[in-house]
Amino acid sequence: MTVRNRDAAASPGPTSTLLLLADGRFPAGGYAHSGGVEAAVAAGRVHDLSTLESFLTGRAATTGAVAAAFCAATCARGSSDIQAIAELDAELDARTPSAALRAASRKLGRQLLRATRVVWPHPAWECLATTYPVGLHQPIMLGATAAAAALTPRSAALLALQEAVIGPATAAVRLLGLDPVAVHAAVARLLPLVDHLAAAATEYAHGSPEDLPCHSAVLLDISAEHHATWEVRLFAS
Amino acid sequence: MRHESSISAATDESPVIAHPHPHDDRAEPLGPRHERALRIGIGGPVGSGKTALVAALCRTLADTLRLAVVTNDIYTTEDADFLLRHSVLPASHIRAVETGCCPHTAIRDDISANLEAVEELEAAAAPLDLILIESGGDNLTATFSRGLVDLQIFVIDVSGGDKIPRKGGPGITTADLLVINKTDLASLVNADLTVMENDAKARRGNAPLCMLSLVRDPQATDVATWVCHQLATATAPEPSG
Repeated sequence: MTVRNRDAAASPGPTSTLLLLADGRFPAGGYAHSGGVEAAVAAGRVHDLSTLESFLTGRAATTGAVAAAFCAATCARGSSDIQAIAELDAELDARTPSAALRAASRKLGRQLLRATRVVWPHPAWECLATTYPVGLHQPIMLGATAAAAALTPRSAALLALQEAVIGPATAAVRLLGLDPVAVHAAVARLLPLVDHLAAAATEYAHGSPEDLPCHSAVLLDISAEHHATWEVRLFAS
Repeated sequence: MRHESSISAATDESPVIAHPHPHDDRAEPLGPRHERALRIGIGGPVGSGKTALVAALCRTLADTLRLAVVTNDIYTTEDADFLLRHSVLPASHIRAVETGCCPHTAIRDDISANLEAVEELEAAAAPLDLILIESGGDNLTATFSRGLVDLQIFVIDVSGGDKIPRKGGPGITTADLLVINKTDLASLVNADLTVMENDAKARRGNAPLCMLSLVRDPQATDVATWVCHQLATATAPEPSG
């Protein structure tokens, strides 16, 4: 019993924390978002493994890279610097032209806060919930969560990129009936790119918020606006 | 005729499964605190009549209760119209939640989107007495997390086959109320209502069971009575000490 109590009181290592947060089963709402794949499938742009791989590559290098930079920058500033968080949130807002995607991102930020405040208690959470009643953008909240969980900006960037890729990949499995193992093999082929993009994003971690990257994927923005008007959607975005 | 609409176990008997008191919030709301409405989940397989039951409950209860609905079903304008036309709820009291092809995840493993919807309704339409959360049609193992709902109703129907109650599963065995719906169709689909009722009782012990036909009882009288009873129990003053 003594041993167990001592282990329970010890701080977890960064890798085990990262694994917990990166697990798709972490209850923060991501399962209901397709990252644009539902719209791309309906338009016929994604219809097999090869087109999915192209989609994932494009998404990682554009919105994924931007999310990663903002996530790393928030993590570097910590969970308590509300002013810095506000500035980063406004900058990311300005880089998200689609109103539907802004709303989806904030809703996911709120859903993440719901989980974070219980899993990694921190005095900042109640303040953020009050200041941002509709939620922080998800990459900002993810960065704040990573900081509270004692992860590095590099890990935060990896988390954001991982989500940018694996979310739409699993959505495509559900929508197209693709072989899940083949899809994971495609994701594995993208990992060197993910690593490269995470390293690049981390370089922005201590930079000025207005200098953070603003890569855009115009088709994702436009199709997200269309998607939001569909009568029947299986995914929230 | 006795099968048409009857709750076979007294609602004030102790249920087989003990649940926390509805006022034991597991998660504080993320935002302003409102008077907390009772949350009842309505789950069950595709086509068993969940949406029709929700509409019937709204119709029956809307005069006496302030209520709202969250639906997780694949939600068309027709569904919205159905709820709006068949109940007296304004559109502002209905929220749809997309579940990314994972209806069970939204009500059990990751309830965050549904909690968002519930709290949005509580903020926009406060004060509310009751929020009904309708799951997307799923299978016999899909039940609601106690972090999301206080109580749950599981709806199966006779046309799914009269062996369904015998299969059990957490919906049939642990739901606070089991509804066996569409009893009016039993003779048409060769379903033996006595077998269904006995098998369900064997699975559930004394937990309440309701045989329902919305064709013959469009008010879903017994289910509505059960809901009112639960609401009265949940809002009764805590015993002192």
